[in-house]
Amino acid sequence: MKYFVKLVRPYLIWSIVIVIIPLLLIVLYSVTTGGNDLINIQFTLDNFKKMAEPIYVAVFLKSFRLGLISVGICLVIGYILAYLITFFSEKVQNLLILFVTIPMWINTLLRTYAWISLLSDNGIINSVLEMLGMEPVAMMYTDFAVILGLISDLLPFMVIPIHTSLCKIDHSLHEAAMDLGANPFQTFWRVTFKLSTPGVLNGIIMTFLLSISTFVIPKLLGGGQYMLIGNLIENLFISVGDWNFGSAISVILAFIILIAITCMKRIDKETGEEE
Amino acid sequence: MSDVLIELKGITKNFGDQQVLKGIDLNIRENEFLTLLGPSGCGKTTTLRILAGFDEPSSGEVLFDGVDIAKIPPYKREVNTVFQKYALFPFLNVYDNVAFGLKIKKMDKSLIEHKVKKTLKLVGLEGFDKRDVTKLSGGQQQRVAIARALVNEPKVLLLDEPLGALDAKLRKEMQGELKKIQKEVGITFIFVTHDQEEALSMSDTVVVMHEGIIQQVGTPEDIYNEPENRFVANFIGESNIVEACMIDDLLVSFDGFEFECVDKGFKKNECVEVVIRPEDIDIVKPEEAKIQGTVKSIVFKGVHHEIVVETERRDYTIHTTDYYEVGLKVGLSFGPDDIHVMYRMDWE
Repeated sequence: MKYFVKLVRPYLIWSIVIVIIPLLLIVLYSVTTGGNDLINIQFTLDNFKKMAEPIYVAVFLKSFRLGLISVGICLVIGYILAYLITFFSEKVQNLLILFVTIPMWINTLLRTYAWISLLSDNGIINSVLEMLGMEPVAMMYTDFAVILGLISDLLPFMVIPIHTSLCKIDHSLHEAAMDLGANPFQTFWRVTFKLSTPGVLNGIIMTFLLSISTFVIPKLLGGGQYMLIGNLIENLFISVGDWNFGSAISVILAFIILIAITCMKRIDKETGEEE
Repeated sequence: MSDVLIELKGITKNFGDQQVLKGIDLNIRENEFLTLLGPSGCGKTTTLRILAGFDEPSSGEVLFDGVDIAKIPPYKREVNTVFQKYALFPFLNVYDNVAFGLKIKKMDKSLIEHKVKKTLKLVGLEGFDKRDVTKLSGGQQQRVAIARALVNEPKVLLLDEPLGALDAKLRKEMQGELKKIQKEVGITFIFVTHDQEEALSMSDTVVVMHEGIIQQVGTPEDIYNEPENRFVANFIGESNIVEACMIDDLLVSFDGFEFECVDKGFKKNECVEVVIRPEDIDIVKPEEAKIQGTVKSIVFKGVHHEIVVETERRDYTIHTTDYYEVGLKVGLSFGPDDIHVMYRMDWE
């Protein structure tokens, strides 16, 4: 046993080099000035102060709003999908889950370009509308397009944890609830949904994390003017070159996500004990 | 006897092309402890699930107080079930598990509390209200499951092999307890088991099932002493089963001899089977009995010895507290009322 413990060491070194050190560097950047110039280091909190400027607050709020909307829609669609899948035989279930995950095999960039060809002004949807004699609809570069792209990207991350927790539910619990007088709706709400909450929370956390840090989808489907936190960080690092401010935003984002996850875990615990 | 509460009429059940119930007719009375007994796959659990409403019979009627409930969903039935693996809600504590059914019925909070406490006391779990059900022992979980069903004051309690997961000692204890609870609440218990001893010691009525057919219905004494066929005789305890010929009323012939018996109503010279329980055979001196043989083996079983005696036509098993040496020549003696004549089964 002791021998096997040693096997963890390469991974440990790897994660220190590739995760811990960069993380510490980001924290360091966020409280200094002068970008990459690590010799004349100067500590400051200005980077965080800058965050309070209305323009950046607006970016944060917009990101959270979009994130919450897409996570919310994902939750509804994902839950229904995961729930329906459980009614099939195990073989069919595996197949259906495979279908849900297939889009993940394809690069996000490609998938997003596919949306462009569907949604653009002379794209497939508008061509069909035109053929039917209807007015074309401008869909590209709107919240709608971004949310649609996000949902299609995030759905598997919602369906899989929910499906897993639904599968784990002992069927005799449903029968027990019905036996005790619960109609199908009450059985679903009081037993099925209750027991699937760990999966629901995991799904929410995962999709929220992904939606809040995305930058490819808003950039392509939202257009150049469309600014979410992910785009802001990308801009600051790549175009503007203000690594310090970019790091500060990353730190704040990480902090907010951490708080969100802690809250979720607390809810998970509390739903365990009924009122 | 009390009134008939449930009437099963010609119940069949098919799963795919397999027929698991082949026409069940059964009357279940108020306040009785009825056991469905049989080996696994005999259809006893399916029968219970049809009574609970989890399965719909393929044909036939389930009359409850004279009304056909075959198509009524489980949540509208006045029966409650104790499940094989208890099926307690893991996210609720003991109190909330028991209160589940009452809360669904939107009962007054103080009334719920009163009923739950009363029922927990009945099953011997006073003061367990706030305990986590997943951390209880098997026996305690069992009691919660019984309380959760009983608190709804059903007319019938269905129990699906509820003692199967308990160890031998706890099983015995719960058998007595269940019987006591049934007397106290005074409702019909329908109990499913494959354990013949459990069935005999707890029930008012035993229903022996095999291959989707009821083999015999009767009191435990009837079932044990007057098995109707080879299957029942074999399943309920150990038996010596002998092919025989009914010469006349009160006279049966087997192993080359004629014996007086107490059975009548068979046709003359009808081929029958005779069952003689191992404890009903006395070992005597060879010259005092018609059937003679030698002791083939003797095994100590605690209360008695199990002796196998080899005779000309077959081996007989005998239970006795006495000891006989292997190889000893003996005679086998039994009285007219120790011989139970059964119809011959043609399906074996």
